[in-house]
Amino acid sequence: MKILKSLMVTAAVTAALMANAAHAENKKIALVVKALGIGFFEAANKGAQEAAKELGDVEIIYTGPTSTTAEGQIEVINSLIAQKVDAIAVSANDTDALVPALKKAMDRGIKVISWDSGVAKEGRMMHLNPSSSPLIGNMIIKLAADNLPEGGDVAVLSASATATNQNTWIAEMKKVQGNYKGINVVATVYGDDLADKSYRETQGLIQSHPNLKAIIAPTSVGIVAAAQAVTDAGKIGQINVTGLGLPSEMAGHVKSGASKSFAIWNPIDLGYSATMIAYELINGAEAKPGAELKMGRMGAVKLDENNEGAMADPFVYDASNVEEFAKIF
Amino acid sequence: MAKLLKNREILLVVAIAVLLAIIALRFPAFVAPSNLARVYNDTSILVILALGQMAVILTRCIDLSMAANLALCGMVAAMLNNFFPGLPIPLIIFAAMALGGFLGAINGTLVWKLNIPPIVVTLGTLTIYRGLIFVLTNGKWINAHEMSDPFKALPRLVVAGMPVLSWLSFLMIALMFLVIGRTPLGRAFYAVGGNPHAAVYTGIDVGRTRFFAYCLSGTLAGLSGYLWVSRYAVAYVDIAAGFELDIIAACVIGGISIAGGIGSVAGAVLGALFLGVIKNALPVIDISPFAQLAISGTVIIIAVAVNARAERRKGRVILKKAEAV
Repeated sequence: MKILKSLMVTAAVTAALMANAAHAENKKIALVVKALGIGFFEAANKGAQEAAKELGDVEIIYTGPTSTTAEGQIEVINSLIAQKVDAIAVSANDTDALVPALKKAMDRGIKVISWDSGVAKEGRMMHLNPSSSPLIGNMIIKLAADNLPEGGDVAVLSASATATNQNTWIAEMKKVQGNYKGINVVATVYGDDLADKSYRETQGLIQSHPNLKAIIAPTSVGIVAAAQAVTDAGKIGQINVTGLGLPSEMAGHVKSGASKSFAIWNPIDLGYSATMIAYELINGAEAKPGAELKMGRMGAVKLDENNEGAMADPFVYDASNVEEFAKIF
Repeated sequence: MAKLLKNREILLVVAIAVLLAIIALRFPAFVAPSNLARVYNDTSILVILALGQMAVILTRCIDLSMAANLALCGMVAAMLNNFFPGLPIPLIIFAAMALGGFLGAINGTLVWKLNIPPIVVTLGTLTIYRGLIFVLTNGKWINAHEMSDPFKALPRLVVAGMPVLSWLSFLMIALMFLVIGRTPLGRAFYAVGGNPHAAVYTGIDVGRTRFFAYCLSGTLAGLSGYLWVSRYAVAYVDIAAGFELDIIAACVIGGISIAGGIGSVAGAVLGALFLGVIKNALPVIDISPFAQLAISGTVIIIAVAVNARAERRKGRVILKKAEAV
């Protein structure tokens, strides 16, 4: 395994060096992912390549370990330092374990950012979150409201009553509820991220709220179970199931009409934005609290006091694009 | 004896009726016949599993691996359907049951031949079976659109007013009734659990009987695996996580003694129904999710306490009757 890995790294280094000889002036940006062969990250690479094409003088080195381990990533990072890349954009397998290796990279003048899955503050110059709680909170109610021009009753199906992320998103959702006229959030129920309990809770919602028009489930187990329960109750068309889910898990329910649309981050945009930010940093932009970094077609990201920023609204998937993304993740 | 056993089941029927009455006060539509049929259908899988668990508990053992067995067989059924969409559904069900039976046989063999305490054996296999799902799938899900339509449609198919899922549970109840009441194996379950030493003297192989009880519970878990993934149209590592506790709770509520040897098919079914009614009622009677957990637990303890009292009384009465004879 070890030999195989070093062989692969050597091959990558050789390839990179040869490519380097051809385009000596190109900026080398390394996209380090949790592991190779994962659809989500392959899609991020697609976005990074798109950014490189747009920028012209950028070469993307897409790399990562063969399994999702921090040690594997450290090895990859060390080899990237040896290759003298200009920037490293990493989705980390461990918040703290990568810090020493990444610090070493920064000492050598390499710009380091993390994206998707972050690194501790001292190990990177900035972190790019796919989205933020206020954006997610707004998006989930917007998804319901967009299909309800005349308003109506909606209910929330969450994971467990103690899930921090779910509660934050729901609280953010309730803050902006006033912006969506006629949308009444009539209940919040908890499916505990169990398929059977989520299914039963959805049946309960259908029974106790006869005028229910939409169910918002910001959890991947919940949204699938709710869509199935709505299908089985013969309520397709009357009750729209929406929220946060993965295209591969939701494709069938979008096709059946149980869910008109749902949202989650778009990995292509994420890879694109990470590359754009790395390029900005190479060109002298500074990552400090309050700074705004440009991300090409994705606009700009504003950094908070921890040098973290949110890329964009979650990306909306519907019948027009879910099939295509279902192949990716 | 038969009359007294009936008494305990009648007690449970009364308890379920009282429960339904209380729920109806808050949400009258719950007791509509169509909704009760829906509640039964939702509870069908628990009923089937409780029947299997009952056989094991009767022999003074326990099967903690049932939910993990269900999840593994369900995943295998879903994968078979995914890779070979043309495979007839009965064949998939048969494969799931055979695999479940095999997994149960592993439990049974460990208990029988190596004499390891059942709780330790099944606690171990619980983790192994769940782990195997991860090994098989790498954590990936099998989703609704990756299952064929007939695969998902079978449990939902309505025959004579009830879905096939409900009919299957009726069939299993009938079969269990025959096995428990009319076969030497069924009587051996009681003998082994009631007094293992006496059972040996009557020529019953205690280990072998337990082995068959585990095979039975495994097979039923395998069947439930298919039913579960087709009903919820999704299969992943964590399906039915923690469900083994519901199964055991259903048995205990149904008056099946953890000490073995006491219990009936009707008890297991009623115990599962009691839990099913609570699970389905809590979402519609509009109380806080934190209170829901506490209510579930309290109701179970009350049910078991009432049952324990009934059991004690029965003990005395039996003695009296014995004197009379």
